[in-house]
Amino acid sequence: MADLVLQTNKLNKSFGALKASSDVSLDLLTGEIHALIGPNGAGKSTLIKQIAGNIAPDSGTVELLGRDVTRLDTVARARMGLGRTFQISALAMEYTVLQNAVLGALGGQGRPFRFFRNVMKDPGLLEPARDALERVGLVDDAGRRTADLSHGQRRQLEVAVALTLQPKLFLMDEPMAGLGAAGSKELTGFLDGLRQQAPILLVEHDMDAVFALADRISVLVYGQIIATGTADEIRANAEVRRAYLGEEDAA
Amino acid sequence: MMLTRERLLNWAMIAALLIVPLAAWSLDEPFIITLATKAAILALAGVGLNIALGLGGMISLGHAAFFGIGGYAMGILAAHAQNYEPLFAWPFLFEGSNQMPLIWLVAVVFSALAALVIGALSLRTSGVYFIMITLAFGQMLYYFAISWSAYGGEDGLSIWVRNEFPGLNTLDPIQFFAIAYVILCLALVFAARLARSPFGLALAAARQNEDRVEAVGLTPFTLRLIAFVISGAITGLAGALFADLNRFVSPTMLSWHTSGEIMIFVILGGVGRLYGPVAGAALYIMLEHLLGGISDYWQIFLGLLLLLIVLFARGGLIGALAGREKAHG
Ligand SMILES: Nc1ncnc2c1ncn2[C@@H]1O[C@H](COP(=O)(O)OP(=O)(O)OP(=O)(O)O)[C@@H](O)[C@H]1O
Ligand SMILES: [Mg+2]
Repeated sequence: MADLVLQTNKLNKSFGALKASSDVSLDLLTGEIHALIGPNGAGKSTLIKQIAGNIAPDSGTVELLGRDVTRLDTVARARMGLGRTFQISALAMEYTVLQNAVLGALGGQGRPFRFFRNVMKDPGLLEPARDALERVGLVDDAGRRTADLSHGQRRQLEVAVALTLQPKLFLMDEPMAGLGAAGSKELTGFLDGLRQQAPILLVEHDMDAVFALADRISVLVYGQIIATGTADEIRANAEVRRAYLGEEDAA
Repeated sequence: MMLTRERLLNWAMIAALLIVPLAAWSLDEPFIITLATKAAILALAGVGLNIALGLGGMISLGHAAFFGIGGYAMGILAAHAQNYEPLFAWPFLFEGSNQMPLIWLVAVVFSALAALVIGALSLRTSGVYFIMITLAFGQMLYYFAISWSAYGGEDGLSIWVRNEFPGLNTLDPIQFFAIAYVILCLALVFAARLARSPFGLALAAARQNEDRVEAVGLTPFTLRLIAFVISGAITGLAGALFADLNRFVSPTMLSWHTSGEIMIFVILGGVGRLYGPVAGAALYIMLEHLLGGISDYWQIFLGLLLLLIVLFARGGLIGALAGREKAHG
């Protein structure tokens, strides 16, 4: 059996009267892409934030690489090997694309307390940074200011920065948003290969991408996982069709 | 090295700061030399603040604390030395000192320690709270100095002769200027390297996006605290020099008014611009000297200028002259 990389056990999180996570248990195995789908406001990002350590669950635990990390902060979880992309791009906007990637490499190596050498001339950082930009197709934009990038390019840069960390797993919150059809297709191809490097928990609204990529799909509705299974099982699931896919057809 | 407009401007400024006092020296105008020395020292204080404010995004209204600690380090050490009263007798007899290098070392160590404590407590907050807490710490030290009668209390401490530097005659204005100028240049080189270092990249990223920095496994708090300590130490060194320039230290150096002035140098010159504090301090001294002669209310003009810069030239003087900052790399 494949190794368990990530596991959440009965996570609960409420915002006032709103239950954003309700007994959420899911896992991520080596080599797989596990997609998390669900309508707007279902609690997908809230779950990602609990896994990454941005918000603490009211109850339940998060286990990363066999270790209970519920009480560890974001930084500690990132250092353990959690690479994450944000739904709303979180990048240093004044920096060039390359600087953002170098920042990732710097974090990945975990030695920021060097005060004199020129960080942009350090081959140990530039190489992984350029390599990551190359892989997501941003290397030609390396010198551009991040604030001047299109929405889709920022999503690509988010993925590139996560790559520089050489993480043991990826959490990706809607990496396809704003990419357009061609960009989506390209990133889909890339993620397909990436799962060999590290498994991916993928939140995504682009159903073509989800059904093309996911080894398993979990469906979250009103904070609850109503089904987990292969693409075919999810397509055939009556409850899912009613609660979610049906809505999409109607829309 | 690329020859950008900003770099040319920087060189011109640092050259002017050298040429003006040299010309004054050959014309025998010691007052102008003293003004240039004051500008260099205040610029140094601004270089310190700019590391916290410009690079790290920490809006500290408490840097007078470090400036004043540096000043009092000079005042206390020199007062004991001139009065032949031991400062302490255990574990060894120490009678104070009138040697600048030792005074600077003490100023740097104590202002760095103060920055470590103040930073560790205030960096748990952000935004307006951070501003208010740094302000409160500064004022706390100010009131402490006022009530510290052993060292002059409200009246402050006077030193009869300027402290010494091996091999130089510090009583000669141009030689004391040279000391301040060289230290300023060293601090500028240090700040430039810091900004381009791995640490600088991470620190400035934490200013732009805290989530991103955490997500790559770096702790914004630690980055900021280290920057705050470096920043406080440089401003503290400036305080020691400033007190030596005036041969006088008083609680005024610790007041929030002083914090505001140091911040004004940085804003006038351009927040985050490496040579911003040099431009800002020089402009401030010029305005004080020129307009101060015309009217006692010259600060109204300063206020107006500050308003114009904040409203229309976000990059300060350097931004207005050299254009938008180029992202390096
Ligand atoms: N910090 C918060 N305080 C209060 N309510 C919140 C907070 N964060 C999220 N919510 C609410 O929790 C619910 C789940 O939000 P979440 O962002 O997790 O949804 P999502 O599934 O990611 O949606 P989308 O597909 O639009 O990204 C929403 O109703 C949202 O308004
Ligand atoms: Mg979301």
